[in-house]
Amino acid sequence: MIIKNKAVVSDDWIVLRLSENETPESVTVPAGKIIVPLKVWQAQRANLQSRAELGVWLASNERPEELKGEVVKFNVIAVDFPKFADGRGYSIAYNLRSRLGYVGELRAIGDVLRDQLFYMQRVGFDAFAPRPDKNIHDALKGLTDFSETYQISVDQKLPLFRRVQRDGITTAGSVNE
Amino acid sequence: MYKYDVYDHQIVDERVAQYRDQVRRRLSDELTEDEFRPLRLQNGLYMQIHAYMLRIAVPYGLVSSAQMRMLAHIARKYDRGYGHFTTRQNLQFNWLKLEDTPDILADLATVEMHGIQTSGNCIRNITSDEYAGVAADEIIDPRPYAEILRQWSTFHPEFAFLPRKFKIAINGAAEDRAAIAVHDIGLSVLKNEQGEIGFRVLVGGGTARTPIIASEICGFLPWQHVLTYIESIMRVYNQYGRRDNMYKSRIKILVKAIGIEEFRRQVEADWADIKNGPGTLTVEELNRVAAYFTAPAYETLPANDPGVASFKTENKAFANWLQRNVKPHKIPGYAVVVLSLKKTGIAPGDASAEQMDVVADLADRFSFGELRVTHKQNLVLADVKQSELINLWKESAEHGMASPNIGLLTDIICCPGADFCTLAFARSIPLAKMIAERFDNLDFLHDIGEIELNMSGCVNACGHNHIGHIGVIGVDKKDGGEWYQVSVGGAQGNDAVIGKIIGPSFNFQQMPEVIDRLLQVYMRERIEEELFIDTARRIGMTPFKEYVYATPINAEDTVDKSAYGFISKPDNYTVQRKSRF
Repeated sequence: MIIKNKAVVSDDWIVLRLSENETPESVTVPAGKIIVPLKVWQAQRANLQSRAELGVWLASNERPEELKGEVVKFNVIAVDFPKFADGRGYSIAYNLRSRLGYVGELRAIGDVLRDQLFYMQRVGFDAFAPRPDKNIHDALKGLTDFSETYQISVDQKLPLFRRVQRDGITTAGSVNE
Repeated sequence: MYKYDVYDHQIVDERVAQYRDQVRRRLSDELTEDEFRPLRLQNGLYMQIHAYMLRIAVPYGLVSSAQMRMLAHIARKYDRGYGHFTTRQNLQFNWLKLEDTPDILADLATVEMHGIQTSGNCIRNITSDEYAGVAADEIIDPRPYAEILRQWSTFHPEFAFLPRKFKIAINGAAEDRAAIAVHDIGLSVLKNEQGEIGFRVLVGGGTARTPIIASEICGFLPWQHVLTYIESIMRVYNQYGRRDNMYKSRIKILVKAIGIEEFRRQVEADWADIKNGPGTLTVEELNRVAAYFTAPAYETLPANDPGVASFKTENKAFANWLQRNVKPHKIPGYAVVVLSLKKTGIAPGDASAEQMDVVADLADRFSFGELRVTHKQNLVLADVKQSELINLWKESAEHGMASPNIGLLTDIICCPGADFCTLAFARSIPLAKMIAERFDNLDFLHDIGEIELNMSGCVNACGHNHIGHIGVIGVDKKDGGEWYQVSVGGAQGNDAVIGKIIGPSFNFQQMPEVIDRLLQVYMRERIEEELFIDTARRIGMTPFKEYVYATPINAEDTVDKSAYGFISKPDNYTVQRKSRF
């Protein structure tokens, strides 16, 4: 199960992670809906690009620009959070959405927890695989912690001050000092 | 000052609800302590030695009388009747229960206050000049920009999990009173030759383990671009700042590693496609926010009040206070008054609930209901009629806030130290008290004149020791004892410089004598009206070093430590370091 488009849905994608004795060149990518590491994609591009369905995932220390011009080839791009405190994935997502033109499913994987989901959704993630030991229905609540935001990001192209008429000192009418 | 509109209220109220649920999940063990720690830190909640500590944001140091009364209420209801004003213009409560913190934040929200991003690896509370709006040397009031940056940085989704904490300071006057050169980003508002307003942008300054003066990344950034330009700085740092070693993870290390030219190139490359985009600040929004910071209804008054002039000649104590604690105001007949939180015997920056209520009343009666917290841990009434100075002096003196020591040796900047903080190697508050008592002689203090003595209990340097004229820092020694390293010649402001360590460290008992010897060198070497820092700059560190180490300093434990301990310590006191935060 994952969270996608603000709902808990079933999911049959498999995230491929290399074990210590496997290399990007030699690992066998099983058939089916597989999300492969960026390095596997780069090493086995010739074989993989003919697949009907394919996903790729980026580690937090990898650059999204590596996928420049290729993002349309994937049904899903995932970004791994090795620890939830590693915030590089937020800028990776921002760059994928805002600068590399990716419009498909963008999934947060790894140490994904309820209290990060609101921020993740703002920088362009629309799918979340919360850590398996956590209740996914509980995690879903994290998407609605706030109903208003100040600044622009992927989900909101206008800052609050361009979007709404904000009260000033002359219009507030309640300044009773 | 700024007042929340419906959106500000909504965001802060939703934060309280979110945090309340996080605490509920922690108390029911749905969240482990490891998972909860970053969440509570982003709300300013630390687990200290004795209890939870909550750091409350005082945006750019500005606080209303209503807010101050709420702080007094919280001190009484949830704490032990006092709070501690910090070097980042915030307020800390030291004795809280976790279960109470959601209610405290709900109380704070009613007066437009919060603990958002007062800790954690995110953009922290933005600090500024405590004399903003009233300083004679002000070019542009920095407060509207500070408020706009506060809102922009609040819950910024991309920059909540940075490699390390991130501090922005902004100054709008000729003299830098915001220490912008030792911040991750320092902004200085200025006008160019065409009269346009913009910012000089500094990046990569800081103290702690690797003290560095910030580098200029942009000489003039038109004000409209401040949000997008900072966004690009943050994005480069978020991606490339080191995350493998917390001591090398501040932006200063990144800037130093790749050089300011390369860092600038990366920022400008990132900025290229968002410059002039919708994130650009509008004149309408600037005007909306700036309208909250317009001058209060000043009266037309004579430049100098005759009552003050005559009373000063007959009352030495008042004259001393006038000289040290009263600063010039840009409007004739008004004055800026600093209420000292540095009374000898009191921990620097501490204020009791009673004092908080008193200053709220003083603000209402004498200063349009507003106060400022200074980064030197005092309070300021910024708009006082000179004709009220005598009354204000008497009333603040009755409540222990008129020590005439602003800018003098006993106006010590000091972190909480090992009495409270799990990070500290050594105590700082008792040391500050011991030094203050040793030099508690007004004539001597005034003879020494302006000097900045800054003390930190550890390498994290919350007490700004590196930029103190005399800096004292607790150092880690294998024996577990309390040892202090001393530096001379540091300075903040326009000529910010990192002080130089004079030599091997001293123990707790030796420190007052060390300070005494440094002062003796100054008094021997000074020329006429020269200040300590000027003498130090002229003669260098060597004469200080030679004299301090010339003869042994008695290190025996002859002082009754308990007299100085804020919390009574056992005789064989050693610092117990616990896990971080």
